[in-house]
Amino acid sequence: MAYPANYRYTREHEWIEVNGSAGTVGITDYAQNSLGDIVFVESPKVGDKVEKGKVFGSVESVKAVSDLFAPVSGTVTAINEELAGSPEKINTDAHTAWIMKIELSDPSEVDSLLSVEDYEKFIKEETGH
Amino acid sequence: MANGFIGTPRKVTAHLTQNEALSFEKSSPGKKAYRLPPLDVPEVDPASLLGEAAREDTGVLPELSEIEIIRHFTRLSTWNYAIDLGMYPLGSCTMKYNPRVNEFVSRLEGIAEAHPYQPESLSQGSLAIIRQLQDCLLEITGMDAITLQPAAGAHGEFTGILLARAYHQSKGNPRKHVLIPDSAHGTNPATAAVCGYEVINIKSNAQGGVDVAALEQLVTEETAVLMLTNPSTIGVFEHQIHKIADILHAKGALLYMDGANMNALCGKTRPGDFGVDVMHLNLHKTFSTPHGGGGPGSGPVACKKILEPFLPVPVVEQDGDGVLHFNYDRPDSVGRVRMFYGNFGMFVRALAYILANGPDGLRQTTEDAVLNANYIRKKLEDLYELPYPTPSMHEVVFSDKRQTKNGIKTGDIAKRLIDYGFHPYTTSFPLIVPGALMIEPTESESREELDLFIDAMRQIAREADENPQLILDAPHSTRVSRLDETTAARKPVLRWKAPAASTPLAPDNSPAKEW
Repeated sequence: MAYPANYRYTREHEWIEVNGSAGTVGITDYAQNSLGDIVFVESPKVGDKVEKGKVFGSVESVKAVSDLFAPVSGTVTAINEELAGSPEKINTDAHTAWIMKIELSDPSEVDSLLSVEDYEKFIKEETGH
Repeated sequence: MANGFIGTPRKVTAHLTQNEALSFEKSSPGKKAYRLPPLDVPEVDPASLLGEAAREDTGVLPELSEIEIIRHFTRLSTWNYAIDLGMYPLGSCTMKYNPRVNEFVSRLEGIAEAHPYQPESLSQGSLAIIRQLQDCLLEITGMDAITLQPAAGAHGEFTGILLARAYHQSKGNPRKHVLIPDSAHGTNPATAAVCGYEVINIKSNAQGGVDVAALEQLVTEETAVLMLTNPSTIGVFEHQIHKIADILHAKGALLYMDGANMNALCGKTRPGDFGVDVMHLNLHKTFSTPHGGGGPGSGPVACKKILEPFLPVPVVEQDGDGVLHFNYDRPDSVGRVRMFYGNFGMFVRALAYILANGPDGLRQTTEDAVLNANYIRKKLEDLYELPYPTPSMHEVVFSDKRQTKNGIKTGDIAKRLIDYGFHPYTTSFPLIVPGALMIEPTESESREELDLFIDAMRQIAREADENPQLILDAPHSTRVSRLDETTAARKPVLRWKAPAASTPLAPDNSPAKEW
């Protein structure tokens, strides 16, 4: 699956789409593929503060539970309620099945994230092929 | 399905097993497996004693005759796979044979009938068993003090980190962080979090060990503990363990060892000698007590002198006359972590195992476990990818990298292995190896059984090239094939519910019938 060029990425396999100071966060197709069938998403609550590089939730698949790391700092403005009943949306379309929306406290943090080219290069190294 | 095999699976053939419904589904009202004598005491209305707590209905219980219930469970037991049927190469789990001498000793009347409320004066034998097992485990681990209370490995971790926390607290600061390598068992970070610590992940180096330079950067005055599994979950001995211990101790931090892989060390090297401050053992792994299904587990925690004051109460002590007793008067103790004294039946079995083997036997056990793992490694490394070429200890971790080009993943190979009569190895763990096949044969397996396993794995590698669909559809020979794990996890059905109409709500007061 193609990685959207307008998203930025983390080495922990989250993506963020930034629009001004508003960000939408999800996990990448690579992440969902390594996790396998996702059965549960633990989201933060609206109003929670998230901190760049810190855990804000977790995803559970039939294989493993994996922490979610915030790409940037900010305040949660919305969570994707649909994932509570249909976590498989992440498997079918990881790049539209967002997990949370945040108001960025420091939009300049985005500059430190991976571009789509960097991320694609990074996962090539991860998988070794 | 028989045509599906390339070659002949020498170990297995089709075998009849009977279908079996749930006992609830087989139930018919009024059927009994007992006959009670007439009531010869005054009948009491439960509500007069229990008030509102008295049940209004009798609940739903299966009603079957004695032979029916015997057959029910016996049939179910024929669906089982167990170490007594064949190799159980689950990596990290150490599914070794449970010697019959353990079972014999634990059924001796004085031991089997011992009661935890028996006075100490009548429990000297049981206390001596506890004491002797403690001494053996301390000698094996090179530690100073021990508690046998924890009920299993993760409970041992929890107890061990509580000790570490109490120790740091006694110095005025419980500290903030627990460092954990990315190859660790998932229970390690869970333990640290439950004990109120923030987990910091350490990346493994290319040899599968701790990156010592990175560790040096991470350890601060706020580091409470490093939780390390040695050998690591990829079966590699941490050869810089001394250095690691020194780095931690220089900052006042402690080294915790997850003893899950002690089967690779027992009788060869001692954690107490290589700098470990606190560790747990899994009696149900290293010391041959039942593991899984048959349990319960047992996860003793051994520690250095500095942590001894914090051990759970009670501890077994001996007075001047050689009389053993429990000491509850330990003001710095973290408290009790388990009712009574732990899973005593497991202590008996572990001690039987240790004494039956003796020091030479235990050392031989370790050597055989390592030899068996390396035999498998050597015989399979031309067909399966070895992500870490570092020498293996008691288990070997391959990856499915060469098979994925045909669409075959580790889970598929594992399912196919069932058709060859083996319990699958551990799949997809450790997480640092994408598509891991984690194989731990233990010392229990003969060369002959190992060869059968190797044959099966080699044939599956060939099938992956020549007929991948065969593997993707496996297992073919079992009573059910692939289960829908995903739906089971997403929409779990946790208990059977009686169909409303068939539920008899009134108690059955009719005269007992024999069937």
